Amino acid sequence: MIETHLPALIALNFLAFAVIIPLFGIWKSELCQPLATLGAGISAGMSLYGFLYYLNDVPLRYFFGAWQPPVGIEFVYDGLSAFIILVINAIAFFVLIHSKPIAVREFPNKLMAYYSVTMLLMLGFNGMVLTGDLFNLFVFLEIASLSTYALIAIGEKAAPFSAFRYLIIGTTGGTLYLLGVGFLYTITGTLNIIDMTAMMPEFAGNSSVITAVILMVVGIGVKCAMFPMHGWLPDSYTFAASSSSALIAPIGTKVAVYVLIRVMLYLFGIELLDLVIPISYVVGLLAAIGILYGSIMAIAQDEMKRMLAYSSISQIGYIIMGISLANPYGFIGALLHILNHAVMKACLFMVSANLRMKEGHSDISKFDHTYRKKYPWTMLSFSVAAISMVGLPPLAGFFSKWYLALGTIEANNWLFLSVILISSLLNAVYFFRILEKVYMKNPDADEQVPDEGLVSDEVKPSMLYPMSIFAAGLFLIGIFNVAIVAVIMNMFPAGL
Amino acid sequence: MYDFLLGHYSYWLTIILLCIGLYGIIFKKNLVKKTIGLTILQASVVLYWVSLGSKWGATVPVLDPAYPASDVANYLNPLPHTLMLTAIVVGVATLGVAFALLIATYNRYKTLDEDEILEQIQ
Repeated sequence: MIETHLPALIALNFLAFAVIIPLFGIWKSELCQPLATLGAGISAGMSLYGFLYYLNDVPLRYFFGAWQPPVGIEFVYDGLSAFIILVINAIAFFVLIHSKPIAVREFPNKLMAYYSVTMLLMLGFNGMVLTGDLFNLFVFLEIASLSTYALIAIGEKAAPFSAFRYLIIGTTGGTLYLLGVGFLYTITGTLNIIDMTAMMPEFAGNSSVITAVILMVVGIGVKCAMFPMHGWLPDSYTFAASSSSALIAPIGTKVAVYVLIRVMLYLFGIELLDLVIPISYVVGLLAAIGILYGSIMAIAQDEMKRMLAYSSISQIGYIIMGISLANPYGFIGALLHILNHAVMKACLFMVSANLRMKEGHSDISKFDHTYRKKYPWTMLSFSVAAISMVGLPPLAGFFSKWYLALGTIEANNWLFLSVILISSLLNAVYFFRILEKVYMKNPDADEQVPDEGLVSDEVKPSMLYPMSIFAAGLFLIGIFNVAIVAVIMNMFPAGL
Repeated sequence: MYDFLLGHYSYWLTIILLCIGLYGIIFKKNLVKKTIGLTILQASVVLYWVSLGSKWGATVPVLDPAYPASDVANYLNPLPHTLMLTAIVVGVATLGVAFALLIATYNRYKTLDEDEILEQIQ
């Protein structure tokens, strides 16, 4: 019985918890974090259940109020959305476990509001992934965006200003998306994605479709920080509270990339997309520039969170490049990289949060070899995630880059292949400089801190375990990548 | 040509509004003026959608025995209008969050000029 309602339950569970948390939070504010974790845990459990048992069936379509589409709104639970839902809910669950000490330290009076908004954020993300209706997607996009602005604004002194700049550019993006949907509605008369996909071939080459594609890609591109529209990201992630950036950085941009996949490969299809203007090639070129730009800017940063933010821009570029290749290897690489990058970035942002918790800063120039003794597990997790980011086997990051590289070779696109290889070297530059500082003594230092007498001064287990689980997960994803790729192979859009 | 200009007058007005909104967002230095530009941009898209639903010689979508519902040309398309009610609500919520952020920014920097705030952050 529960199966047929699964798609709605996963998303609406968050809405229920967004209301329950303030009710209990008024009574006892320390209940907020366990309740939020419980909410994310229930949804993650349901996503896992759905993923294991319904993946190979026909897509589960949930009609709200039993109104049949195209009149009613529907949630579509197919292979692709089941995969993304599982990834984002599982990440959110672990990040919420991790967030308690940071939240108590950085904003003790705002716990109730913070965790309630977190649940609304997850509702928005889940809704964006599940919905089968373009206008409904806009509404969920705005729910997620408004929650993101609120979460980013909690933080350092400059946080509200950076959140405001994100609000201006993000809302402009959302509005352009809405305008694009308007163009599509004018010619098709429907908003349902499945319905519209069936009609699309009739409108091949129609100028309204071309305009709509461009408007929607630009609008979603703002949300996923595609190269020229990335300006909001570094400031937002740097100044936000560590718990917010650890939550938003791994999943926020991934959901937007998922919408890009839905629109580009499923709704329009690659043939229609490239009929008049080679849109997919332009998108791929922008992604390539973004990869190099993000990596080079990351090398220049001294603040760890800012470095990770620039690294996010470059990693998002990989995913978008995989989509733009529009061949099976590129698609596998893009989806595998969504999973890998979510786990790696969550792990790295947790490391920076742990360091901020203990040291009060995450300034790379102040790192030294004492960290190796003081924070052995944090630094080990950092090393694993960093090496995975660079792409050394058998860690997860290697396999997604491998498939992306195969995709570029299959598309005979040597430019993109060289971008992937050069960027891996640049990744090594900005991650290995931290490893060098932490694991090797600096012979030029004025006063040598002796190794003796340094004892382990790790953060609490509630912060340590989620991070370690992600680091171990990178090994597991790497080892079992064949199984994951087999799952992804079931999700290919038509015509790929 | 003349028909093309006059027949699409609502779209021309929407385009002008869109450009005014984008101009405000990009070129104005005062953060409140940027917010106003954002509102104008949203309004232009809402008006575009609303004009999608209109037809020449059609009436409001309330069933009237004098105009049979079998002929769709008798009634306006109500769907874009109802969708835009939602979009307007979204816009109002965005505006509320924007003003809350502006108040927090002003309390910390005592100014709403973008250049001055960036100077203080440096």
